[in-house]
Amino acid sequence: MAVQHADTIVVGGGLVGAAISYGLAKIGQGVIVLDEGDVAFRASRGNFGLVWVQSKGDGMPEYARWTRRSADLWPEFAGELAGETGVSPHYYKAGGVHTCLSEEELQARTNLIERMRQVHGPERYEARVLDRRELAEMLPGLGEAVIGGSWSPHDGHASPLHLLRALHAGLLQGRGRYHADARVTAIARDGSGYRVTTAAGVFAAERVVLAAGLANRALAPMVGLSAPVSPLKGQILVTERAATVLPMPTAFVRQTEEGTFLMGDSYEDSGFDTASRPNVMAEIARRAARTFPFLRKLQVVRAWAALRVMSGDGFPIYEQSRTHPGAFVVNCHSGVTLAGAHALALAPMIARGRLDEAFAAFSAGRFDVQAHRDVA
Amino acid sequence: MFKRIATSRKARLSFDFEGHRLEAEDGDTVAAALLLAGERVLRSTAVSASERGPFCLMGVCFECLVEIDGIPNRQACMVKVLPGMRVRRQRGAARVGST
Repeated sequence: MAVQHADTIVVGGGLVGAAISYGLAKIGQGVIVLDEGDVAFRASRGNFGLVWVQSKGDGMPEYARWTRRSADLWPEFAGELAGETGVSPHYYKAGGVHTCLSEEELQARTNLIERMRQVHGPERYEARVLDRRELAEMLPGLGEAVIGGSWSPHDGHASPLHLLRALHAGLLQGRGRYHADARVTAIARDGSGYRVTTAAGVFAAERVVLAAGLANRALAPMVGLSAPVSPLKGQILVTERAATVLPMPTAFVRQTEEGTFLMGDSYEDSGFDTASRPNVMAEIARRAARTFPFLRKLQVVRAWAALRVMSGDGFPIYEQSRTHPGAFVVNCHSGVTLAGAHALALAPMIARGRLDEAFAAFSAGRFDVQAHRDVA
Repeated sequence: MFKRIATSRKARLSFDFEGHRLEAEDGDTVAAALLLAGERVLRSTAVSASERGPFCLMGVCFECLVEIDGIPNRQACMVKVLPGMRVRRQRGAARVGST
């Protein structure tokens, strides 16, 4: 089989890989997307769908600013994507609420919001803590158990599935090509670029972007990088459809464009297990029903689990290889939130072959310590 | 249109449909009792508000949705009539949270 060439090969066809590929195709680059296939863990298919700023980057200001930049780009990004492909990602910058059910939760939240205010700057941040009465005016049917929470006008939500479909349609409209069942087995230098061997053939390009989620851990060393990421399981329940009642998403419950209610926000370190488990499902349902008691009237029609792609500190990894020029690694667990920035801000950096200076903060080198270099 | 095919000695019971008292036999599903009473339209769709009634009668098609005792979107073919049950048509999408 002849070797297929492009400007850039993107390994991974999920939200991260597809957003970068769409962004590259949009500026005229030839892109080959290599997707592992349906055996992949597919975090993008299990995403809750928040575009979330208010709490992102506690402890890493660069991540807080990058998240905000993406949220600022989202309206333009969503509009262009829908216009070009006819597929709307159902994005709404409606603001977003984090609800608290106890004094301890509310105090922790208040402290977090204050720290984030310092990071973003009070003028720019705009998120604030609200009492029960203020929240009840914003959220119909709010339960008595909710004592307060936080709200940000920069938050919103989108449909991860429609977004993924739109990104794939968009990259195909440009000079993007998609290959399924193309699990990467080797990456080798090829002149000034790279030759990537897969189960679906051999591909070559000047640049390689590793956006393969948990598979990056094994791929990154092939280009002199490291991606110390691990799975962190999250479970989600979804109800039958109902007439629209929630005007904005919350961190634990959101109503979709179609009318279903998603309930989620669990965190389990249980390896590569993607099964729904009754104990966690019950806890998710209990919290959701205390927050919005009307949910008790609706039937749960589906449940699933997916694996977040988490680094040791929970922040993303963006890095260009020193030993392999033109090779990049990208890992994050916020494929929806960061899609705007990945498509419109990161893709141009990759096209020119160099990340901005500020991205040094996202290097995986931050996980190294002198005594234990390159610990897995 | 529909007739009961066998006489039985099962207990009679009554329930409420849209404010009217209807009769059923113990063991009837809500859908069967309503069809027997001549009610063919049990819901209107969420998208176009067009009328729908029981079709598959085995829990698959979701065309027979009704509100039972305040709970929306119940499958009338999968729920047995109980004495005093209050049944209403499911008009469009379920409405929750606004009351």
